[in-house]
Amino acid sequence: MGAGIPCALGLAAALGGLAGCGRAELEPAGPVSAAERVILFDSLAIMLAIVIPVIVLTIAVAWWFRASNRRARRLPEFVYSGRIELLVWSIPTLVIVFLGGIGWISSHELDPARPLPSRIRPLDIQVVSLDWKWLFIYPDQGIASVNRLVVPVGVPLHLRLTSATVWNAFWVPQLGSMLYCMHGMAGTLYLQADQTGVFPGGSAMISGDGFATMNFDTEAVPDERFTSWVREARTGGPVLDGAAYRRLLRQSMAVKPYTYRSVESGLFEAIVLEKLPPGEGPRNGLPGVRPEGG
Amino acid sequence: MHLLGKLTWQAIPFDQPLPLISGAAVIVVALAVLVWLLLKGHVPYLWREWITSVDHKRIGVMYCILAAVMLLRGFIDAIMMRVQQALALHGAGFLPPSHFDQVFSAHGTIMIFFVAMPFVIGLMNLVVPLQLGVRDVAFPTLNSVSFWLTAAGALLVNLSLVVGEFARTGWLPYPPLSELQYSPGVGVDYYCWALQISGIGTLMTGINFVTTILKLRAPGMHYTRMPMFCWTALASNLLIVAAFPILTATLAMLLLDRYVGFHFFTDTAGGNSMMFMNLIWAWGHPEVYILVLPAFGIYSEVVPTFSSKPLFGYRSMIYATMAICLISFMVWLHHFFTMCAGGDVNGFFGIMSMIIAVPTGVKIFNWLFTMYGGTVRFTSPLLWSIGFIVSFAIGGMTGVLLAVPPADFQLHNSLFLVAHFHNVIITGVLFAAFAGSTYWFPKAFGFVLDERLGKWAFWLWLIGFWVAWAPGYALGLEGMTRRLQHYDRADWQPMLLVAAAGVLILLVAILLQIAQLVVSIRSREKRRDVTGDPWDGRNLEWATASPPPPFNFAVLPNVSDQEPYWDMKLRAREAGQLQTSEPHYEPIAMPRNSPTGFVCAFFSVITGFSLIWHIWWLVIVGLAGAYATFVVFAWRDHDEALIPAEEVARLDRANRTARSAAVQRQAVT
Repeated sequence: MGAGIPCALGLAAALGGLAGCGRAELEPAGPVSAAERVILFDSLAIMLAIVIPVIVLTIAVAWWFRASNRRARRLPEFVYSGRIELLVWSIPTLVIVFLGGIGWISSHELDPARPLPSRIRPLDIQVVSLDWKWLFIYPDQGIASVNRLVVPVGVPLHLRLTSATVWNAFWVPQLGSMLYCMHGMAGTLYLQADQTGVFPGGSAMISGDGFATMNFDTEAVPDERFTSWVREARTGGPVLDGAAYRRLLRQSMAVKPYTYRSVESGLFEAIVLEKLPPGEGPRNGLPGVRPEGG
Repeated sequence: MHLLGKLTWQAIPFDQPLPLISGAAVIVVALAVLVWLLLKGHVPYLWREWITSVDHKRIGVMYCILAAVMLLRGFIDAIMMRVQQALALHGAGFLPPSHFDQVFSAHGTIMIFFVAMPFVIGLMNLVVPLQLGVRDVAFPTLNSVSFWLTAAGALLVNLSLVVGEFARTGWLPYPPLSELQYSPGVGVDYYCWALQISGIGTLMTGINFVTTILKLRAPGMHYTRMPMFCWTALASNLLIVAAFPILTATLAMLLLDRYVGFHFFTDTAGGNSMMFMNLIWAWGHPEVYILVLPAFGIYSEVVPTFSSKPLFGYRSMIYATMAICLISFMVWLHHFFTMCAGGDVNGFFGIMSMIIAVPTGVKIFNWLFTMYGGTVRFTSPLLWSIGFIVSFAIGGMTGVLLAVPPADFQLHNSLFLVAHFHNVIITGVLFAAFAGSTYWFPKAFGFVLDERLGKWAFWLWLIGFWVAWAPGYALGLEGMTRRLQHYDRADWQPMLLVAAAGVLILLVAILLQIAQLVVSIRSREKRRDVTGDPWDGRNLEWATASPPPPFNFAVLPNVSDQEPYWDMKLRAREAGQLQTSEPHYEPIAMPRNSPTGFVCAFFSVITGFSLIWHIWWLVIVGLAGAYATFVVFAWRDHDEALIPAEEVARLDRANRTARSAAVQRQAVT
């Protein structure tokens, strides 16, 4: 029996998958995703130190003690050994004690709601998931952007997330932690981009027919480009008032990015506190599939 | 009000050729089978020996057949998803979102509730009473009701293919998406009522098996002499009894929201969707262990038998099993690390989740040491077990990785997570189901399956699984989320093409399994298991004929050891003859067959279907019918039939003769 070969192939495929040519989480563009990659690799290395020997031993023991091997010493009464019992309980326990420590410390240090250590004042951004697009409100700048998140490099981002409709999960893999957007609740997430670039983002929670179109680009730009983008946004585009917001509540897919030149103050809070109606949902029992431009 | 509620011709998807054609094909095949059965005159036999049977072995076999058929249905969904994602770069693929969302929802629902669950419960039905050395489960008719309610749920899910639609909300319908406002169709209702009906069946199975294992055991079978599979079955059924009422209550609340405007989970008017998340996972995480604990039990039977050695660290295995049983109720928050719980809560539930890896690790080591010093026979059940240990070590590891909260912040709902749970469910539970069904097949049917095809199927399953799901791990790390109908990232496509190739390998593996079944049935006369002990087994299920007589044991065995049958056999081999003289045969009273289960399930389907379509008068008819069935059953006068002593003697003597011959053969060699 060639028990070893395909098993080894499978294992190689799996490890290849883990170490593969991945771009997203493995190519971090900010401190959060970089720290999470370290945690991921450390935990993986600790466990592989046990898992690989166990896999090799399993195949080796099964093969060595095959019925046709005359050299194998049979021990049909070998059913209990205090020493081995101690060993088999303590090996996984020690690994878990170690990993548990990592998990406990890191879940505090990398808590999404924990401000990032930085002397720069964080930029406030309010994220609202809609059917099926993203609304990014910049309260201090008084503007808003749909399906495009523009952020300055090196500045901590203080994101507050909610949903005007069903659940979604806000996720920009290269920046780090995802967080759920839920109706009537506001979550806090700190992220930061350390290099310029365009980082794809999207929803990680099924939200209906338009779910796969809920993509947006996160553009990390130098400070002065960010300022000029804000200035530009203020000069053009519609106003996000009550009526415009109601139009956003209608279901639509693959909405091209555009900006609002001004935003009614307190809009985000009004959404979170349910002072505004929730997403409409499908009309007449059929999902609305109306592409909507700027 | 319309006589048929919401049901109109629009419910039939005439505009969608795929479900219509496949649905029509299923109906045609089902009708053809029915006509064939009628013409051949098999219907009375089926009714008498199977449909109304309350024999745990027959019910177990029917559970496994249901699981196998539904596996094919769920696998077709899998092929559609893999093909869709392989094609849908920048484009639409061949499935629109409304259909694609139904496919992944149906796939998950079917694979968990109507494949994994019935497979595991079916094997427990077949084996547990035999291993305990008793004649049946505690409540045989209830057992039949359980099975038929599960089948009723499966029927409703499949009905949604042609009448209406299935849920588009994933295998767990999170509100608010599953609320009426965002899912006004009947899909979520199909999901809920199918699971409410089959869930009641599962709960009754749990009660039945906990009672059986705690109260009905052969004389002398203490808890510390019970086979490992019975221990894991006990743990699994305790979890069913504790967890399934939560599922029923949660779905009932969602139904109240949808049907009568309650606000349990609506996020408006005081409702809270997080509560659904909490409740569904308070059931959902134990559910994972309801499936995987009996799987561990199967490996704990297969590995000792084919290593010709008792299970290493038996007591350790019991502690490990019960530890998993207990801790599995304390980890459910790891499903929402990404929902603003804070460092303390995330840290605590992360550690609790990791702790489960300790008893699981112990089990893997104990299987390893069971083989150490043994005489290992590489039969296909053992190959499934080794394939499991190797693959599950990786699947378990990625699970612990997901239990580290900051790693989960990046991996939650990505294909990495999907790869992880396919890794544990396929190479853990499904491999166990295949190992167990190959191992116990001769016990159920009296002949062994073809080993050559079985081994080919194993290798293709193992390779196919990794080709299909190693890319999933990689894609998760590349930031691909689950359930995407299409995508715009060209660098994802190569991996998705590899995954689609993996599914093709799995298709060949499944075809080989079907071939294995056909070939084995056709050459069954050559494959007869005359002694009842084809694998040189160690527990009591091998101490009776294959297939066992309706009463299992002519005389209940006396248990004085942890491996009672092995000891009996050793002593007989040493002496060169059976060590028990022919017993004094007495008539045995067995429960009579009953159509209660089938009739109840029939009315349940009617009730469920009319609830889904708001046909209120039919709801009343269905409920009244089900209730009347119970009343009629409760009023029965004769619930047992006597098998005369001569019949018992005839059946038992045939087996004793075969065994005696075998013992003499082995004593000589």
